[in-house]
Amino acid sequence: MMAPSTVHFVILAALLFGIGAAGVLLRRSGIAILLGIELMLNAGNLALVAFARQHGSLDGQVFVFFVMAVAAAEVAVGLALLVAIFRKQQAIDVDRLAIMRW
Amino acid sequence: MTLSGTLLSALVLTPGTVGLLLLLLAPRDAKSLHRWAGMLASLVTLGLALLAWSRFDPADPAFQLVEARPWLPSLGISYRLGVDGVALVLVLLTALLQPVVMLSSWKQIDDKVKGYVASMLILETGMLGAFLATDLFLFYVFWELMLLPMYFIIGVWGGERRVYAAVKFVIFTLAGSLLMLVGILYLGSLHKASAPGTWSFAYEDIARLSIPGGEGFWHNPQLLAFAVFALAFAIKVPVWPLHTWLPDAHVEAPTGGSIILAGVLLKLGTFGFLRYCRPLFPEAWEAATPLFVTLAVIAIVVGALVAYAQKDLKKLVAYSSVSHMGFIMLGLFAGTVTSTQGALLQMVNHGLSTGSLFLLVGVIYDRRHTRLLEDFGGLARVMPLYTGAFLIATLSSIGLPGLNGFVGELLILLGSFRTQPVAVVIAATGIVLGAVYMLTVVQRVFWNPLVHEANRGLADLTWQEVTAFAPLGLAMFWIGVYPMPVLSISEAAIRRLIGG
Amino acid sequence: MLNLLWLVLAFPLAGAVVLLAGARRFTHRTTAAVGVGATGLSLLVALGVLASYAGRHGEVVTQTLYRWIAAGDFSVEVAFRLDPLSAVMLFFVTFVGFLIHVYSTGYMHDEPPTAFARYFAYLNLFMFAMLTLVLGANLLVLFVGWEGVGLCSYLLIGFYFEKDWCAAAGKKAFVVNRIGDFGFLLAIFMAFKAFGTVDMAGLQAAMAADPAAAARWATPIALLLFVGAVGKSAQLPLYVWLPDAMAGPTPVSALIHAATMVTAGVYMVARTSFVYALSPTALLVVAVVGGLTAVFAATIGLAQNDIKKVLAYSTVSQLGYMFMGAGAGAFTAAIFHVFTHAFFKACLFLGSGSVIHACGGEQDMRKMGGLRHHMKATYWTFLVATLALAGIPVFAGFFSKDEILAKVFAAGAGNLHGYGKVYLVLWGLGVAGAFLTAFYMFRAVYMTFFGSFRGGPEAEHHLHESPGVMVWPLRILAAGSVVVGFVGIGFFGPRFNLFERFLHPVAPGVEVEGWHAGPALEVGLIALSVGVAVAGILLARRFYFGPDAGAIPARLATAWPRLYRTVANKYWVDEGYDAAIVRPTNRLAWWLWKGLDTVVIDGVLVSLAFFTEIAGDLLRFVQTGNVRNYALMVLGGAVAAAAWLLL
Repeated sequence: MMAPSTVHFVILAALLFGIGAAGVLLRRSGIAILLGIELMLNAGNLALVAFARQHGSLDGQVFVFFVMAVAAAEVAVGLALLVAIFRKQQAIDVDRLAIMRW
Repeated sequence: MTLSGTLLSALVLTPGTVGLLLLLLAPRDAKSLHRWAGMLASLVTLGLALLAWSRFDPADPAFQLVEARPWLPSLGISYRLGVDGVALVLVLLTALLQPVVMLSSWKQIDDKVKGYVASMLILETGMLGAFLATDLFLFYVFWELMLLPMYFIIGVWGGERRVYAAVKFVIFTLAGSLLMLVGILYLGSLHKASAPGTWSFAYEDIARLSIPGGEGFWHNPQLLAFAVFALAFAIKVPVWPLHTWLPDAHVEAPTGGSIILAGVLLKLGTFGFLRYCRPLFPEAWEAATPLFVTLAVIAIVVGALVAYAQKDLKKLVAYSSVSHMGFIMLGLFAGTVTSTQGALLQMVNHGLSTGSLFLLVGVIYDRRHTRLLEDFGGLARVMPLYTGAFLIATLSSIGLPGLNGFVGELLILLGSFRTQPVAVVIAATGIVLGAVYMLTVVQRVFWNPLVHEANRGLADLTWQEVTAFAPLGLAMFWIGVYPMPVLSISEAAIRRLIGG
Repeated sequence: MLNLLWLVLAFPLAGAVVLLAGARRFTHRTTAAVGVGATGLSLLVALGVLASYAGRHGEVVTQTLYRWIAAGDFSVEVAFRLDPLSAVMLFFVTFVGFLIHVYSTGYMHDEPPTAFARYFAYLNLFMFAMLTLVLGANLLVLFVGWEGVGLCSYLLIGFYFEKDWCAAAGKKAFVVNRIGDFGFLLAIFMAFKAFGTVDMAGLQAAMAADPAAAARWATPIALLLFVGAVGKSAQLPLYVWLPDAMAGPTPVSALIHAATMVTAGVYMVARTSFVYALSPTALLVVAVVGGLTAVFAATIGLAQNDIKKVLAYSTVSQLGYMFMGAGAGAFTAAIFHVFTHAFFKACLFLGSGSVIHACGGEQDMRKMGGLRHHMKATYWTFLVATLALAGIPVFAGFFSKDEILAKVFAAGAGNLHGYGKVYLVLWGLGVAGAFLTAFYMFRAVYMTFFGSFRGGPEAEHHLHESPGVMVWPLRILAAGSVVVGFVGIGFFGPRFNLFERFLHPVAPGVEVEGWHAGPALEVGLIALSVGVAVAGILLARRFYFGPDAGAIPARLATAWPRLYRTVANKYWVDEGYDAAIVRPTNRLAWWLWKGLDTVVIDGVLVSLAFFTEIAGDLLRFVQTGNVRNYALMVLGGAVAAAAWLLL
């Protein structure tokens, strides 16, 4: 059995990214959307690590740390927002947030 | 460090600093503190301007009293000030008008005095800086610095439609100046692309560049760069047909705002043409001359006719500005030394005569709360001093020999006749029309029977109003009888700018 | 003494400044002392200067005060020039001006002190401006005076500013004059462009040095200068302001609108005669305009009932004679008529002022009559001046008018520049005008001083002779109207024409070659012009004197009602200008404002703003508020960006 090449990782990352994106676009639950975003971010992380291994450079891995930190912050803020929304609307359906349009 | 090393900085920054300090530190309701602080700052600035005049060598065409400090060295942006004859004349005009403005608003502005005084002072820093900056980027900074205080002056202390007028003023001006910023950046990049390979926005560095020309308009970098500069300046002047912001701004602005607007802000447009467009883009200037001469002549004639049709005194004076600024544009684009000297002198003259007309219109508006011609008549009987002052300003405005306006118009037309005889013939009709509309004003406001009872008890000029008008009136006579001081300080600089 | 020339101007200027500054405090006495004193001192200095100049045989003396303007290659100085031409003007301007100042102290005495001071301030300022005009050594200083007298004229016409017609007349005078100034300024520009100087002497030298350029530029420069002269000297078609200018106080009419300012146009033509002499076309235009004006204004004068209006149209007509003479190349004859006219026309105006003063402000001759019994001095002086104006021998006007007619005839007979026929026609017009002049002036004399008083018993009770300060100037001017003609008798040949000999060096005139009038012809011409004058007087006597005075003219008026109304209404020229120029301009101005400025230009700009708003209105629907829509757009954008980078 041959070792997985960069291509395999990238394909996996693309799949994960697609699943995440679909989740963001199709789900109405705020939590599910946050999950989708996490999935996309980690797909990106996977690609970065894969390329870093291929190029033998640490740059990509350093970036991954940044992304993880940002993702953590983003989830913290996002969940706080969702809590606030839930308190106001008794639901976390993002389609019901369109009260500010026009 | 000698004083000359920082004289121009002191001149430029004094009013603005006082203004900021007022905003930050002064208590809100100490009105007379605000007024006196504003007055004092204006007088100190005037003193510094006179000091700069005394240190100025009229024979030297280069920038004098130069200051240069790096600001953003990696981008070649520096803090550079310097004065030449052209800038000095306009700086003196600005410094002279500022105390007049403070006086004219002494009692008239009684609401939010602190903000008003601070705006005026910051505005003065912007104007002086724009005249004295010798770095294009710094020039742009000062240019935009003028916008905000003027926006507040019109929008907060203005008349009924002040918000409309203020927004119109800002949008017009910004539309021009943002494009000018692109032009400035282009010139900086051009410097980087040329021999030394560094960024620079210093006026003298840019002036050494030869900006490539080309076929047509869109493929001619020099013409394009000229166009963006010219658009910004043309809106400021304003050149017909970009003038429609001016009547609105003037009508709504408070008296002090109108004086500064007509007296100095418009001159920044013509100053820009003379200082930037002419020397930096000589071929484009040449190519654009027919267009601008035509527009200038249209402005002279149409502006005068439209002024004649006005019923509101202030709007009439505003349209007369359009006509007078047309003369200045004609003088600049006719391109002889004589006509350009005349144009510069006329910038001063227009500041004095139109400034004092706005001052005097403000006087009558304070008393009667109307500016419609039909509400007056026979005022000469009740307000003889006021009538005399208005008559002097009128005669100056229509170019009566012995007063300043004549010398300016004469030099412009005489100098322009060499290169643009047809334009001069048409423009000279503006002299006839000027007499028509201004004397109609005099007739309808001061002469004729006193029919409105409300005018019977009007008080004549107070000492404060006389003091405000006196320096302007004296300057009118002085320039009319002996204009050589103004002409001689600017001649060398003008010769350098127009390469004559 | 000659270097005190500037003092002649300085005194009136100082007087004006003092009077304006002290207007609110001065009493009548102080004002009169300052005003008359300033002019008197000016007169004294002028006489002193002229006395020391007398021995200098036409030399040109220039006094330069300082450099006024210098910019580029243009440079001009404040400089004054004394030569025979300006000496003549200097003399009568200060002399007549002084007399009128004295007269004014009586005439204006009923004005309140402030107005009295204002009046004398303006009058002094006028003297300053007029002397600047006369003495200016270059076109620009001359122009300063030119505009200055226009300003004073404007202020003095509108002196009774609370009457709206006075205010309107002042404005009209200034604006119409400005139309002339437009030409004058262009002439200055053109002279500078062609010859690089605006100095009189410099210009003359430059034109002499470059005959080709001089020939090319003489006609346009001369014609443009003449446009200025037409405005200032009230010639066709710009004469309309002068009759209206009678709204000012009568001494003002005498000083400004008869004796001095209105003759500035003639002076200017004589001053620049070296330009006119090079241009047959310009001379012809000057002569034709002058000749037409002379007759045209005289016909209007026939049907005026306001005594000042009669004199005003008479002035326009006489100025026409002066231009006709100048146009025939006889510049000295023109100036001679300016000189004599100053005396007798000032006398006439002051006399009419005395009459108006006596009649309590009434100016309509139909409400006068029989005044010779009440005011003897006024009557006699008025009569003497009228005889002078009518051109009766020994009176000054005879010599000067006859000189002009003789020169025009010579130009016609000698076929000057090949335009002989035109000049002959002009001479015919001039003779006809002389007849009309004699008629309308004696009409005025008969209506005013003869018959019985028609102004009602109340007014008759107040009739009185004017005080001494008013009568003495009249006597002096009347005496002048008799004697000043003798300095320029042309009949015995040039040797006896002192006036022409004096002026010859500066305004030599255009010689008519190959023709000379024999003595018989000269006597015949003189007899003819005296004859028509006498005929005019007799006809006026027949019409307006005796028990059925006014009956014949009334019958004529009913016989030709249209003609009468046309003349009485001054050919409807004012109405024509109003319909053809003033109202279209008003409409154009209104249209430019409301149409072009507000609708078109601002419309375009406002519609730009409007489209921005519309675009915003439409694009805001993109903002659905649906988070997932935004996410989709972000994704689409990312894909598009990636595609752009990859493909």
